[in-house]
Amino acid sequence: MSRPVQARRLEGVDKNIWVEFVKLAATYSTVNLGQGFPDFPPPDFLKEAFTRALSGEKHMLHQYTRAFGHPPLVKILAQLFGKLLGRELDPMTNVMVTVGAYQALFCCFQAFVDEGDEVIIIEPFFDCYEPMVKMAGGTPVFIPLRPVFSREELELIADLCVKHDALCISDEVYEWLVYDGKEHVRIASLRGMWDRTVSIGSAGKTFSVTGWKVGWTVGPNRLLQHLRTMHQNSVYHCATAAQEVVAQGFQREFERYGKPDSYFVQLPKEMQQKRDQLVQSLVAVGMKPIIPEGTYFLVADISEFKSDVPDVPNSDEPYDSRFAKWMVKNKGLAAIPLSAFYCGPHKNNYNSFIRFCFAKEEATLKAADDILQKWKLEKTTP
Amino acid sequence: MTFWKKECSLRQWPLDTKTQDELKALTTMCGIKLVSKRYCHHWVEFTKVAADPSIVNLGQGLPDISPPSYVKEELANVAAVDRLNQYTRGFGHPSLVKALSQVYERVCGRKIDPLTDILVTVGGYGSLFSTIQALIEEGDEVIIIEPFYDCYEPMVKMAGAKPVFIPLRNKNDGNCASSADWVLDPGELAKKFNSKTKAIILNTPHNPIGKVFTREELQVIADLCIKHDTLCISDEVYEWLVYKGKKHIKIATLPGMWERTITIGSAGKTYSVTGWKLGWSIGPQNLIKHLQVVHQNTLYTCPTPLQEALARAFWIDYKRMDDPDCYFYSLSRELESKRDRMAQLLREVGLKPVIPDGGYFMIADVSTLNVDLSDVDGNQPYDYKFVKWMIKSKKLSAIPLSAFCGPETKGQFEKYIRFCFIKEDSTLDAAEVILKNWTKQTD
Repeated sequence: MSRPVQARRLEGVDKNIWVEFVKLAATYSTVNLGQGFPDFPPPDFLKEAFTRALSGEKHMLHQYTRAFGHPPLVKILAQLFGKLLGRELDPMTNVMVTVGAYQALFCCFQAFVDEGDEVIIIEPFFDCYEPMVKMAGGTPVFIPLRPVFSREELELIADLCVKHDALCISDEVYEWLVYDGKEHVRIASLRGMWDRTVSIGSAGKTFSVTGWKVGWTVGPNRLLQHLRTMHQNSVYHCATAAQEVVAQGFQREFERYGKPDSYFVQLPKEMQQKRDQLVQSLVAVGMKPIIPEGTYFLVADISEFKSDVPDVPNSDEPYDSRFAKWMVKNKGLAAIPLSAFYCGPHKNNYNSFIRFCFAKEEATLKAADDILQKWKLEKTTP
Repeated sequence: MTFWKKECSLRQWPLDTKTQDELKALTTMCGIKLVSKRYCHHWVEFTKVAADPSIVNLGQGLPDISPPSYVKEELANVAAVDRLNQYTRGFGHPSLVKALSQVYERVCGRKIDPLTDILVTVGGYGSLFSTIQALIEEGDEVIIIEPFYDCYEPMVKMAGAKPVFIPLRNKNDGNCASSADWVLDPGELAKKFNSKTKAIILNTPHNPIGKVFTREELQVIADLCIKHDTLCISDEVYEWLVYKGKKHIKIATLPGMWERTITIGSAGKTYSVTGWKLGWSIGPQNLIKHLQVVHQNTLYTCPTPLQEALARAFWIDYKRMDDPDCYFYSLSRELESKRDRMAQLLREVGLKPVIPDGGYFMIADVSTLNVDLSDVDGNQPYDYKFVKWMIKSKKLSAIPLSAFCGPETKGQFEKYIRFCFIKEDSTLDAAEVILKNWTKQTD
C-alpha cells in the first residue's frame, strides 16, 4: 500500500507512557510506586462475594447480561448516586456501565466531540484525555490546575459551562479518597450542571480491584443515550460476573453509608496514614512532596537529587522522565515523571517532579523508605 | 429477557412522541438497537411479547448450556489470588497471550509472538471494533458479505467508510438444503473490489447461515485481496464449532495472506462463556500494533481474573489437542446432535431448514408453510411478520433473517428465520412440544 495501512485517527496518539514505564517497572523495580494500583488485597467482603457468586449454580453468570449494565448493579448505583446527588435516578437511563472508567471516558469523547470542537483539559491530567480528544477529532486546550477542587472553584467552572453551553465530563474515580476532613463536591450537584454533566466512577478505585475493569457513567438521559450508542458499537456488553459482585459490594456499602465500618470510611483513613508515612520518608531524604488532599498519588520535587542524573541539553526527553528511568534502573524504585501528565509543549514546565503511588502495603512503603535512606546516605558520604 | 440487536437512529423516527418514548425505554431496558426506522414501532410489540417467560427463546445467540466445569473452577481458583485483582498487561495478560500463541501456532503452523502478534479485547466484538478503528477510515470501502453479523455495518460507518455489500446466493432450492449451497459468485465478488477497497470482512463459520468456507472459496477471496492489496478481517469466533466432514480453514494460512489478515477469536464462543467478554485479534506485528494503539486509547486493559482463568482453561485443552476429549472438539460433537434434532423437528412441521456446517445457528425457509399473515399489520418484510406471528401464536421465538442484510437484499432473505440451538435439552424439549403441535392449533 502506498499510503499508511493505519487510519489517520491514530496520528499522534500512538505513544503511551504506561507501556514503557510498566515494562521498566516489571524489569527493574524492587519497589513499585509507579502505576496506580493497590498492592494490598481487596476488602474481604468483596472477595467473599466473588467466591460465593462463582460457587453457586447460577451459570447464567457466565453469559451475556444487559448491555448497558447488569440490572442489580445499575439499580444500586442509581440508588447510591441518587442519594449523593440529591435527585431521583432511573437505573435504565441515567446510568451506564463501562469497561473501567477508561472506557467511560472513551465513550464520552466519541459521543460528544467532533472535528472542530475544543475540549478544555486541566493540567496535569490523566494522560489518556489528550489522545482520546484527538482521536475524536477534537482540539485539546490546556489550562493549569490544583487538586481537590473547593466548592468555589467548581462553581466557577459551572458558571462558565452554563454561560457557554458547554458539557462537563467529570472524572471522579477517586471520589472516596479525600483526606483531612475535606469534602468531595460533585459538580453535577451544582446549579445548572446536572443537565450538562457526565460523572464517571470506577469500581477499581472504589473497591481496590483495578483488575476487574468495571466503571460507570451517571448523567441525564439526553447525554447517556449517545454514550449507549457508542457503547453498543464498540464493546456492547461488559463482563457479567464482576458486575454482579460489584453490585453486592455497593449494596453492603449503601447499607453502611456514613457508618464507621463502611469501606468508604475505612479506606480513606488507612490511605491518609500511608500518605503521611510516604511524606515523612520523602521529607527525611530531601525530596519535597506536595501533600495531596485526595487520591492515592503524591508528587514530589526531586531537585535535591538532580546531581545523580546529569542534564542533557537539547534532549527530546523531559528531565523528569530520564530521572525516573534512571531511578528504577539504578535504585529499583519505580515512579512516574510528572511530565507524563502534561501536553507536549508544556512537558518541560514541571520537569523536576515525579509521582508516587502510596496505595501500598506497609512492607512496600517501608522498603521504599529503605531505598531512599540508603540513597541519601550514598549522597552525603564521600 | 430476549435481547435482539438491530441498529437505528432514534432521532429519525416519524413516530408520535409517546411511541418513541415507549420504544426508547424498551430498547434501553432490553439493550437492543433498532434497525430500519420503518419497522421500529413493531419492535415494541415484538420485545414485549418475547419478554414473556412462557415463550421458548431460540432467538438470541446465548448458550443456556453450562460452560465446562473446569472453566468455572479456574475462575473460582483465580478469585482467591489477591494480585490477580489488579491491572495486568494492557495488550493481554501474559499467561493468556502465551497460551493463545501456543494453541494458534499449532493450528496455523507458524510462529506467533505472544507480545506483538496478539491483542486481547473485550469479546470478539471488541476485536472487530479495534480492527476497524485502527485500519479503516473515510474514503475507504469495506466489503461485507450478506447476511452479516449486524455490527459490521455500523462499525464500518462509524469509521467513516462505505460498506459495499455482496450476498451469498442459494444455488440449491431443493429439500436437502445445506449451508454449503450458499455461495459467493466469484465474478460478482471481483466487481466489488476497486482501488478504494481497504478490507473485506469474512465470517467463517458464518452467522447466521452456518457456512464453513472451503479452501477453494477462501482462495478466490485471497486472490482478490492480493491483487487489490486489500486487508482481510476474518471473524472466526465459531472456529471450533464445525461438524462432521467439514474443516475450518484459516484464510490467514493461505499463501500471501498472513501479512494482510487479522483473525478474530472469542472465549465466549470457544468455552460457552459469552459473559466473560474476552476475545482476541491475531495477525502480523505491523497490523496488530495499530490495534494496540486503539486499545490503549479506548479501554487500556481487559479484566485480569477472567484472563488468567481463561489462560488456565486454554492450557488444559492445549495439552489434549490430540485427544478427542479436548473441549475444542467435544463441544461440536455435543452440538451436532442438537443441530440434527432441531433440523428434524423443523422438517416435521414443514419448514425447510438449511443444515449448517458450523456455528450454532440454523436458518429455515418459512415460506413453504404459506401462513396467512394478513392480520399481522404493517409494511414489513415477510420474515419479521412471520416471527411476530410465531411468537404470538406458537410461543416460539427466532430472529428474522432480513435483520442481517443491507437494504437492497431484503427481498432475497425475507423468507428465512434464524434459530439458535446451543440450548439445554429442556429448552429443545419445550421447542419440540410446540413444533409437534404446530399443525394442531388453529392459526
